[in-house]
Amino acid sequence: MKIIVPIKQVPETGNVKMDTETGTIIRDGSESIINPLDLYAIETAIELKEKHGGSVTAISMGPPAAEKALREAVAMGCDEAVLITDRKFAGSDTWATSYTLSAAIKKIGPFDFIVAGERATDGDTGQVGPNLAAALNLPMATFIRTIDVVKEASAIQVERLVEEGYEQLELPLPALVTVVKEIAYPRLPTLRGKQRAKKMELLRWGADDLDLDVTKIGLKGSPTRVVKIVSPRVTREGSRVEVKNEETLEKAVEELLTFLNERGFLAEHKRLTEGEKGA
Amino acid sequence: MHKQALWTVAELEGAHLRDTSFEIIARGRRLADKLGVPLISIAIGSGIEEVELQRLIHHGADSVAAVDTGALQGYQTETYSNVLTSLIERYEPQIVLAAATVNGRSLLPHVAMRLRAGLTADCTELDIEEETGNLLQTRPAIGGNILATIKTPEARPQMATVRPRSTLPLPEDPKRRGEIERIPFEAQWHDRRVKKLGMKENTVEQLNIQAAEIIVAGGRGMKKKENFSLLEKLAAELGGVIGASREAVDRAWISYPHQVGLSGKTVVPALYIAVGISGAIQHLAGMKTAGEIVAINRDPQAPILEIADFAVVGDLFQVLPRLIARLREERQL
Ligand SMILES: Cc1cc2nc3c(=O)[nH]c(=O)nc-3n(C[C@H](O)[C@H](O)[C@H](O)COP(=O)(O)OP(=O)(O)OC[C@H]3O[C@@H](n4cnc5c(N)ncnc54)[C@H](O)[C@@H]3O)c2cc1C
Repeated sequence: MKIIVPIKQVPETGNVKMDTETGTIIRDGSESIINPLDLYAIETAIELKEKHGGSVTAISMGPPAAEKALREAVAMGCDEAVLITDRKFAGSDTWATSYTLSAAIKKIGPFDFIVAGERATDGDTGQVGPNLAAALNLPMATFIRTIDVVKEASAIQVERLVEEGYEQLELPLPALVTVVKEIAYPRLPTLRGKQRAKKMELLRWGADDLDLDVTKIGLKGSPTRVVKIVSPRVTREGSRVEVKNEETLEKAVEELLTFLNERGFLAEHKRLTEGEKGA
Repeated sequence: MHKQALWTVAELEGAHLRDTSFEIIARGRRLADKLGVPLISIAIGSGIEEVELQRLIHHGADSVAAVDTGALQGYQTETYSNVLTSLIERYEPQIVLAAATVNGRSLLPHVAMRLRAGLTADCTELDIEEETGNLLQTRPAIGGNILATIKTPEARPQMATVRPRSTLPLPEDPKRRGEIERIPFEAQWHDRRVKKLGMKENTVEQLNIQAAEIIVAGGRGMKKKENFSLLEKLAAELGGVIGASREAVDRAWISYPHQVGLSGKTVVPALYIAVGISGAIQHLAGMKTAGEIVAINRDPQAPILEIADFAVVGDLFQVLPRLIARLREERQL
């Protein structure tokens, strides 16, 4: 069973600092990590490999430094790693990224499925998974929380998280899934894994290595443009009450009740009341 | 059908429209008026009654185009993508909007890839650029640290998913009239690869928190699982549901569908009460746009207090029992 996991390197969001005057991100000091939501995809792929045999290939498009993320994926247990990197890819939006990744995945050759994270924590679009399924014409299931290989490894059954609950779907292989964090608990790299990752040769492909239409890559190939970035207002300047003793506790709760009442949130409460009185 | 129109994609649950279908019409209405083009609501599904489609018009659509057949029973990406892609190719709308629901966020990227269209996810603001008539799409990114405005200068259509509950539907106007066009389903659109085997509905305990008007959320400050009963009591008094921080979910005090934040759900309730939650950036990313925010936290420095409309600095184990008792008292009156 050959599994491909597309991953992204992202800044650690907890550390992202904003320059409130210019509205730009201060990148210094913010560590780059594997998109945390991709760890669940990597774990899922490795568990499937352990159960059904085969191999896992991690693939990432990004700057040369994204190599670090790929090596971490190998340290967790991925067998191969492919870095898609080229100046010509700079400025790609999700469309151009997916187009480029799909060309690279075609070059990797036949596979059974692609497991992707549900979205990246920086761009937060969640578009690359469905984009890839469309570009590669694979049946897809997004936001899945369980996966079972069935029918002599010719299909998978999954549970897909939707607003009302979980949908149960069956997809023929090859297929693409995006996973939510409920699906697995990502393992930490082992010492042996780390050693292997250090020594391992990565595959590095640039634009010339792939069968690409150059008008569809990088900034020029991207349909969308970022026009403006601002840091949103974060404080609401609301009211604040402090509870120090019995007296201030009573005052705080009364003020909170007034706040809730003035904004109409006790209406439901009143309805409950009337319902009960009627009964 | 009118070309260059603005389309909103309605979403159905069974044969009934979801509220998000009306929210995106409200969004689209302003834009369509600015551009001077009709707003057409697209409904894809099975067994949708005429009165249901009329509601799209009553809520602000100029007309409705429906593709309705047994093969479209229940959302299914591949077939729905074939339908929407073909309709867009045929009728060339300039803008296509859908709600950023689970299905909207699956379908639109699938379609946009095939059409080579620009797509912006989970927008919280939309506008039209005066000079060019381009759609300006604004969305939070990097865990809500920034708001990015994005446009699609050339590719068409311009597509966006819109954060659910980030806008209210327009008031229903039963006198509004508009055409309802039924577009025949074409057999080659039917993609049978993915089979739906069944559905496990959420239990009451797992309620869809994204649809809730009031959320009472607890974090690590709740100390242990049993204490969530305090939140349940408060939620019951207010008619709300339970949300949680990742810390609470990771400790198995409550299940994952309740998690709010970057790796959980994004919620926009009218009221969000955060109890014993510090307000880490990843948590704020999921609830920052709530209507009113109440925070109860004993640490005066906790970031959650900064974004609260009403902040109580104090011990939740004092505040909650008193609050619940007072709400009960009010009810007895
Ligand atoms: C990639 C990534 C994704 C993440 N995704 C999410 C996500 O989706 N959702 C999420 O919530 N987090 C997420 N996190 C985790 C996030 O960074 C925080 O760790 C988490 O939100 C903290 O949860 P908390 O506020 O419950 O706990 P803490 O930060 O420990 O806060 C507990 C709070 O309770 C208060 N408290 C304690 N006792 C009392 C008392 N008796 N009375 C009143 N107040 C009290 C304390 O003052 C404190 O402010 C993510 C992190 C990463 C790196």
